[in-house]
Amino acid sequence: MEHDGILRKYLPIAILALVLALLPLFVSNYQAKILIFVGINAILAMGLCLLMGYAGQISLGHAAFYGIGAYASAIMTTKYGFSVWLGFLAAILLSGLIALLIGMPSLRLKGHYLAMATLGFGEIITVLFVETDTLTGGPEGIVSIPPISIGKFIFTTSQHYYYLVWGIAILLFVIALNIIHSRVGRALRALHGSEIAAQAMGVNTSKYKIQIFVLSAVYAGIAGSLYAHLVNFINPTPFTLTYSIVLVTIVVIGGMSSIWGAVAGSFVLTLLPEYLRAFQEYNLIIYALILVLTMIFMPQGLVPGVAGLFARLRFRQP
Amino acid sequence: MQLSQIIQFVISGLTAGSVYGFTALGFTIIFNATGIINFAQGEFVMLGGLISVYFYQSLKFPLFPACLAAIVVVMIIGGLFERLAIYPRRNSSVITLIIITIGGSIFIKGSTMRILGEDPMALPAFSGGKSIAFLGAAIQPQAIWVAFVTLAAVILLRIFYQHTILGKAMKASADNREAAKIVGINVSRLTLYSFAFSAAIGAIGGVVVTPMIMAVFDMGGMIGLKGFAAAILGGLGNPIGSVLGGLLLGVLESLSVGIISSGYKDAISLLVLLSVLFIRPSGLFGLARGERT
Repeated sequence: MEHDGILRKYLPIAILALVLALLPLFVSNYQAKILIFVGINAILAMGLCLLMGYAGQISLGHAAFYGIGAYASAIMTTKYGFSVWLGFLAAILLSGLIALLIGMPSLRLKGHYLAMATLGFGEIITVLFVETDTLTGGPEGIVSIPPISIGKFIFTTSQHYYYLVWGIAILLFVIALNIIHSRVGRALRALHGSEIAAQAMGVNTSKYKIQIFVLSAVYAGIAGSLYAHLVNFINPTPFTLTYSIVLVTIVVIGGMSSIWGAVAGSFVLTLLPEYLRAFQEYNLIIYALILVLTMIFMPQGLVPGVAGLFARLRFRQP
Repeated sequence: MQLSQIIQFVISGLTAGSVYGFTALGFTIIFNATGIINFAQGEFVMLGGLISVYFYQSLKFPLFPACLAAIVVVMIIGGLFERLAIYPRRNSSVITLIIITIGGSIFIKGSTMRILGEDPMALPAFSGGKSIAFLGAAIQPQAIWVAFVTLAAVILLRIFYQHTILGKAMKASADNREAAKIVGINVSRLTLYSFAFSAAIGAIGGVVVTPMIMAVFDMGGMIGLKGFAAAILGGLGNPIGSVLGGLLLGVLESLSVGIISSGYKDAISLLVLLSVLFIRPSGLFGLARGERT
């Protein structure tokens, strides 16, 4: 019986991992590169999904943690010459620490106030990235970030990075899934359902909120670190409010209450601009329209929405 | 710093602060009637500015009719926004509504960029550009227009809320939505009016300040954020507090530019926002209680 449970639980993930592992054999180099970005977005989205969907909090400044991770890695490896793995560690620690510092006062707020606080925080971090130019290189950013290497093996090609990023993404996915199905996950969902009721049941809501906030920031920091070593050059541009909103869109469209949704959303919203290249100028408008229309007609997101659709079709009386 | 420099900074701060104040008023009006924070508020200010320039330059309207027409157009846009995007999901969760208004603001920004272009545009000053000397500082006549219009807006709003049925209905709706419905107030119509109204207010702010700073399609974001900071500072829900909060924020920002480098200018308002949210969410003159656990 135990075996049944484990198999069922990990089978979908194993299938996903298999598909992802085989995919690079069928796509071009350019497409592989796009898929790497899907993977990075997926990592970001998973963290944010845990925060928004399960803990029910809003973060409009998530790109800031992405940036903190990227800059931490970049500065450690270029300015101070540390190894990539130390840079990675720095990214995780720094994003987690800052999330802790910001989370403690912010997560006492709710609704609009929390949204604005996270937005403001994100903007302040953007200003800092630009203004502290002796450290961060200012608007020009940091160049010549070394690629990742394990021992003698240097990750250089798209294929290498594809497997690295998606390998880490799958690992983080499994971790997220385990959290959701654990006591912590149940506490989070209780919190989301009704914070007062959860507190009445003895759930330490503040602690869990902050923990998930820190975890989501660490996910973002990991993504940032991977990004920095992937493109070898960073500047403040990808880490602004615009990207925070993209991340929220990914989570919302995929389905806030589903980690699968986060991954699905990453695919949709990273690949979509590629196919909309013809409509380049209308990018922003189409994007916003997708966001608003999804929230109006399918607010639970694509994955739960489509799954619900299938369920209803299956149970319809002939 | 010399006194004249300080006065110069204070005056430019008050002028910028008036725009924040108008934006803050917009937030407050909608929040008062509906409890929603409209993330697209800053875009209404931007639209007021850009559309008035369009009427004046492209359609060759005379100056004041161009401004009035722009305000009316933005008011209609605000109403449409409410009916199309907010009304269908009016009972949804906070997150949903926040995301809808954010999406709406991006849509408005993107459409404006397509239709009216990316270049900054300005109106001519309402009564000439010759500066007036005051205690060693130079005041542009437009700044006096801004002050005048702000004062008029505050007075008219006070009359509106205290002495008109609609105004009192809005206050009632803010106090207790259910009770307002029970006494026969049409709350959903009120939501429509409040969006249209706050769009118009935002547009007035945009129009009157465009001769001094050029209007551009992406100015709405920062203005909205700072306007929100001003609204929170003055106490969300209090119209006079909103304007005072705006003025205070503008002056703080302006003086800090004089003391610290200008790159951190935006960060000042954001720090004020975070400080107020963390320490005293009800603001200086707050009526609404900040939501905290």
